[in-house]
Amino acid sequence: MTNMNEAVAPAQSAPIATPPALKLKADSLRRLGPVVALGLAIALVPLIAGSAYHMHMAVMIGIHAVIAISLNLLVGYAGQISLGHAGFMAIGAYGTAILSARYGWPPLLGLGVSSIAAGLLAFAVGRPILRLKGYYLAMATLGLGMIIYLVISNEVWLTGGPDGMSLSVLTVFGIELDSAGKWYWIVGAILLLTYWMARNLVDAPIGRALRALEGPDALAASAGIDISWNKVRIFAVSAALTALMGGVGALYSGFITPKSADFMQSIELILMVILGGMGSVFGAVVGAGIVTMLPQVLTSLEHYESLVYGVILILVMVFMPKGLVPTTAHLIRKFRR
Amino acid sequence: MTELLQYVITGVTVGSIYGLIALGFVLVYNSSHVINFAQGDLQMVGGMIAVAVLTAGLPLPVAVVVGTLGGAVAGFLLYKAAIEPAGDAGPLPLVVITLGAALVLRGVVELIWGRGYYSLPAFSGDEAIQFLGVTIVPQSLWVLGLTAAVVVVLTYFFNSTKTGKAILATSIDPDAATLMGINTRRMKLLCFGLGGFLGAVAGVAIAPIAFTYSMVGLMLGLKGFVAAVLGGLGNFKGAVIGGLILGVTETMMSGYGASDYKDAIAFLLILVILIFMPRGLLGASGVERV
Amino acid sequence: MSDLQVVALSKVFGGLRATDDVSFSIEAGTVNSIIGPNGAGKTTLLNLITGIYEPSSGDVRLGGKSLIGKPTHVRVGMGLGRTFQTPQICHNMSAIENVMLGSHLQLDSRLAPAALRRRSIVSADKQCRARAAELMNYVGLGRYLEESPGAMPYGALKRLEIARALAGSPKLILLDEPAAGLGAPEKAELSQLISKLSESGVTTVLVEHDMKLVMSVSKHIVVLNYGKKLAEGTPDVVRDNPEVIAAYLGRAA
Repeated sequence: MTNMNEAVAPAQSAPIATPPALKLKADSLRRLGPVVALGLAIALVPLIAGSAYHMHMAVMIGIHAVIAISLNLLVGYAGQISLGHAGFMAIGAYGTAILSARYGWPPLLGLGVSSIAAGLLAFAVGRPILRLKGYYLAMATLGLGMIIYLVISNEVWLTGGPDGMSLSVLTVFGIELDSAGKWYWIVGAILLLTYWMARNLVDAPIGRALRALEGPDALAASAGIDISWNKVRIFAVSAALTALMGGVGALYSGFITPKSADFMQSIELILMVILGGMGSVFGAVVGAGIVTMLPQVLTSLEHYESLVYGVILILVMVFMPKGLVPTTAHLIRKFRR
Repeated sequence: MTELLQYVITGVTVGSIYGLIALGFVLVYNSSHVINFAQGDLQMVGGMIAVAVLTAGLPLPVAVVVGTLGGAVAGFLLYKAAIEPAGDAGPLPLVVITLGAALVLRGVVELIWGRGYYSLPAFSGDEAIQFLGVTIVPQSLWVLGLTAAVVVVLTYFFNSTKTGKAILATSIDPDAATLMGINTRRMKLLCFGLGGFLGAVAGVAIAPIAFTYSMVGLMLGLKGFVAAVLGGLGNFKGAVIGGLILGVTETMMSGYGASDYKDAIAFLLILVILIFMPRGLLGASGVERV
Repeated sequence: MSDLQVVALSKVFGGLRATDDVSFSIEAGTVNSIIGPNGAGKTTLLNLITGIYEPSSGDVRLGGKSLIGKPTHVRVGMGLGRTFQTPQICHNMSAIENVMLGSHLQLDSRLAPAALRRRSIVSADKQCRARAAELMNYVGLGRYLEESPGAMPYGALKRLEIARALAGSPKLILLDEPAAGLGAPEKAELSQLISKLSESGVTTVLVEHDMKLVMSVSKHIVVLNYGKKLAEGTPDVVRDNPEVIAAYLGRAA
């Protein structure tokens, strides 16, 4: 939540500020390689994008990728499922829309406040909910998401109900952000920054602690890890980041409906994480790309999205439960040996 | 007073629907410790098949039988195609797999019948019964009766038949059950089939009073699960009582003004119960969930 | 000086007194064992010390401070390390990372500095890795550093757990059946390792069935039977205690 903003300044200078010692070169390459590659990819997309529509898709992928990375920290690393993340996305989107359109707040302030609010909500409900395991956690998070969805659908005076809500075009430093081409750079920067921070996080001691949460409680506790606190804070961070991108998405598209908060949206987010690879930051980006493009690629199947999603979920879980990126990486390693 | 009584009667009918669906959850959970997120969709499939058979010109009893058997077949397929290949997967993969199965069932139904709303005629006429100034639809008596019958049959099945005991053994310790000569895979297959059958029974029984459509499974499935958890998951009578509590609460809430949030009650209840009463309202069963 | 003190500790499950008024104390820097026939309440006692269960009455003190009411991870921070009967290993990380996990409380685990890759975090983690490698050498796992735990033999996983516990710099380490499932050569190595541990000043408590190991390494033995303390003392005293013999032979016969 707040570390998003704090992070901006040092993040851009950090790779330069810490020149890699010679012996660390290989390590730095391994660590920074994917970040640089992602940066290059982000820089190259506008050159090959043939139309405004392609740029629109790129922006959507970027937004989803950030959410998938944040959700992957919770689901893939810490092993805690959430079937309610669309609810947090909607808090960001509706929070930003309501605060700016109904109460005249500056949109960016509304965005920040609603992201923090989502983080605080997750923090408050996280302690009791995250004590639950497996199916019960899935059901509890699903219930939380559904309640958020129902509130948004029913409080018509505030949210416009099923008809949705409009947001006016965001202007930053005198620049009207009125096209996918402009939003692309903003979303691209957020994605790159999130990617870098997520990689750092999973490489740090806290990353190990998160991975230990996936195992038996007795193990993590015997290593001195405060299980509840660590689950709760990663849940809160993930919720805040998801809300932030929900808000960014709302400001970008200029129109939101409760559909963005519904159960299918939560499933899509989970699908991104599982398909790309649980416990892989890069996998989350790949998963976001595939799930976002899937309906476009399969336009003739647009009425059958639930069938297609369902089949993919089952096939992935049965044949490559670790997801695309880790499975591919494993195969490559095996091949090299 | 009449108003209150009417709400209670309506609530009991709605609640027994939830209870009937909850029984399917409990059955599958008892046998394989899987929470089948597709349970609500199995119920929807049963209702849809029955409607299709009736539309094809066959009589209602045939439609009912084919619909329920269709649910059983869907349950078998679900186990064979998705659960068994996943092997000894943990809860997280199984959540995803059964969710995937729910989406597949929904997708297939949409492919064949679209997203329209369908219903069956009532089993024994539509003429409402007046009782103490309260209106009762005959079909709700069918639902109540079926629910009670299913509880009795299931309780007998698990307590007094060899197969039932074999299923329980499979659920408690699959390895020991295998050593005792029980084919645990077949037991689980049987339970998913039975779960599908039960779901479809619910789907067919409620199709005359509530519409059946491709998306209905999600909400009804969730409410069935809430009912099952209320009853302490694992306990057939508890599941039905949980369903009744949920149904009456919902009807009261919408009757006295909060109808917009009728559907939210189940989710609020599930959060409250999971957090504060992890063993359910009746929870004698030693289910670990925290 | 005593390190671990168990004072009139009881745990009742329903009507069963799984631990019944057990008291003993353990001297710092020594090797000790808790033994008893199956069902004697050893595991319950261990769970009471580590905080998986809260006692019905009584107290557990480490270095004079009571552990009661404190969650497991806090007890770890107070100097309590443990291993498990069946090795509990994170299979989603390498062997050395499993050991590094044990140093969690010594490292900065705040989110924001980690996300920003603050130099203090990176350098501390590097030191942690070096120390973890030392510890793995110490327990004889030097060749498994980057190995995936799934590819390691059972005996190695048991020692990996010891290294992880040591990474937390414990004052006292509880080894839950460290010899179970090990072959004779591995048991001999384990016995040497346990002796090394106590030489380095770590108080060691074994919960163990293997009498040969227990008698050869322990300075002090506590015998439990039906939740009660049956006897305690040096290996010789315990070996000659008629009640202990009866408890064991009664079972064996």
